[in-house]
Amino acid sequence: MRPVVMEEVEALRGVNSVKIKEAHEAGKKVVGMYCVFSPSEIALAADAISVTLCGTTQAPIEDAEKELPRNLCPLIKSSYGFAITDKCPYFYFSDALLAETTCDGKKKMYELMGKIKPMHIMNLPQTADDEDSLELWKKEMVKFQKFLEEKFEVEITDEKLKEAIKLMNRERDAMKRLHKLNAHKPAPLSGMDMMLAQWLKGFNVDKEAGINLIERLIAEVEERMEKGIYAFDENAPRILLTGCPIGAGSEKVLKALEEAGASVVALENCTGYKGLDVMVDENKDPITALAEKYLSTPCSCMTNNNGRLDLIERLAKEYDVDGVVDLTWQACHTYNIESFTVKKFVQEELNLPFIQIETDYSDSDTGQVKVRVEAFLETIEKPSMAK
Amino acid sequence: MYYIGIDIGSTAAKVSVFEEDNLIKNFTMPTGWSSVETSKSIKEKLEKENIKIDESKVIATGYGRISVPYADKTITEITCHGKGTHYLLGTDATVIDIGGQDTKIITLENGKVSNFTMNDKCAAGTGRFLELMANTLGVSIDELAEMALSGDDVNITSMCTVFAESEVISLIGAGTKRESIARGIVNSITGRVYALLHKHGTTDTIFLTGGLCEVEPFVTLLSEKLQNEVKTSDLARYAGAIGAALLAKSI
Repeated sequence: MRPVVMEEVEALRGVNSVKIKEAHEAGKKVVGMYCVFSPSEIALAADAISVTLCGTTQAPIEDAEKELPRNLCPLIKSSYGFAITDKCPYFYFSDALLAETTCDGKKKMYELMGKIKPMHIMNLPQTADDEDSLELWKKEMVKFQKFLEEKFEVEITDEKLKEAIKLMNRERDAMKRLHKLNAHKPAPLSGMDMMLAQWLKGFNVDKEAGINLIERLIAEVEERMEKGIYAFDENAPRILLTGCPIGAGSEKVLKALEEAGASVVALENCTGYKGLDVMVDENKDPITALAEKYLSTPCSCMTNNNGRLDLIERLAKEYDVDGVVDLTWQACHTYNIESFTVKKFVQEELNLPFIQIETDYSDSDTGQVKVRVEAFLETIEKPSMAK
Repeated sequence: MYYIGIDIGSTAAKVSVFEEDNLIKNFTMPTGWSSVETSKSIKEKLEKENIKIDESKVIATGYGRISVPYADKTITEITCHGKGTHYLLGTDATVIDIGGQDTKIITLENGKVSNFTMNDKCAAGTGRFLELMANTLGVSIDELAEMALSGDDVNITSMCTVFAESEVISLIGAGTKRESIARGIVNSITGRVYALLHKHGTTDTIFLTGGLCEVEPFVTLLSEKLQNEVKTSDLARYAGAIGAALLAKSI
């Protein structure tokens, strides 16, 4: 029932871990990154490979807790655990790491991680709303550019930056069109497949091949839509998932929703649509254009973060959703506190059912998550579904 | 035709039976270590009283809802508690369900659940917490609540059951009156419910379901904390089972 190309997408996990090794052996430089604020264009313009690093599974958390406090968000612990145990091939083959001063947990964890590998930290402003922030962030872009130029002994020209911007915009455009397929009622792709496709793009060693694969997936899904093949029937409640990032290994809430019969049609989180919404302006000076794009990311580490409410509203309308689920990783203070604002906005302004689910990567609360999810869906059960 | 609601919680299993529109039977038994065994005993007990499962509609709810092989459908306890409360009370309300392993706040609008909140994965503020603390003091839950009425307003601030137990032990060590420690234990639950309720949003009518609704001094202290009369009913412990039985009518 699943699109055939999805199998190739899923196989990217194996393919990319081999490709990164080959690239390293061929003398290619690799820059590892964690965040949607990371300007991968600058790494690409340095003729390096830019990859996302692992941090979405429970397994390395126990090791991370030898050095990090237990009551820290699982994403930070998982990322650090992968790094110190050398179980992430992308981390292992990275010549340099790029990090940002986003939330307190990450910022302080990076101090420890920086002792393992060469790391550049970009000083991300805490607000996107004033001119000074943009000026600071532009300077940070230039500092990262200089760091790579010195480290890799290359020159990053404006031409190279513009080329990289075009490439990444093409990737964003393809991922955005893929995401928008699920605006159709009923949705042609399951939320699980959408999440996998969106999350796996970060590990693509060969960006062109990655874009090509997504174009083929879009073509196949469009063909299936013409034949009337969808992932869910039209009565399935349509859910917008917002909040903390998810990937393979941390998909439990998404999975619980779809197993209970919901169709997760929009992923507002930073492993989903958040980073795709705004393109980099190809007509501006590349550093300014990059700074503007990345500063506009509506992440909860920014104050204020009204852009997130705006994005939720646009997605809720465009995807005609029946409810909003806000996922918070335990000890993620920024998303956790912001959930109160999001709840009020969704319930009072959008008049939609809302639930926050706070959990971690472990299976220990599977039963509770299931109750929350099922009960939430029972409250939005459409009249046509009632027996 | 019989309509049967079976609510298998983490500590107790509750069963309610309707014969057409009449609630004819409610009974409870400990869940024990196996929900499957419990559901078997429930079936035997029902059939002994000539309530044939094959000729009835059954809805199972609660944590053990998937362990009732003869159920026609499962529905979460949140929807069932809402439905059951509306039956018992006759109006909309904000429902506080203090269960064995979690506490839920449920808003009813037009007899249906419109919104709910559950505590996070932790025993703080649950029936289980009260049970453990009562054990530490060597009394029953009823005795603990009765003692709490005459205690001083002591605070137990640890949110974690394990840490709260050490806090209780320190208070015992410091020679604090048992009544005051009991009050502290109850305060920690009512305080937790207060925060959960206000974060969720409340209405004028508050209804308590779950095992603690039968512990009168607890209801008094909860009303005091919430500064609002907490309503309950003799059958409030069965709210989930009654709701499930009522929902069985529409399948």
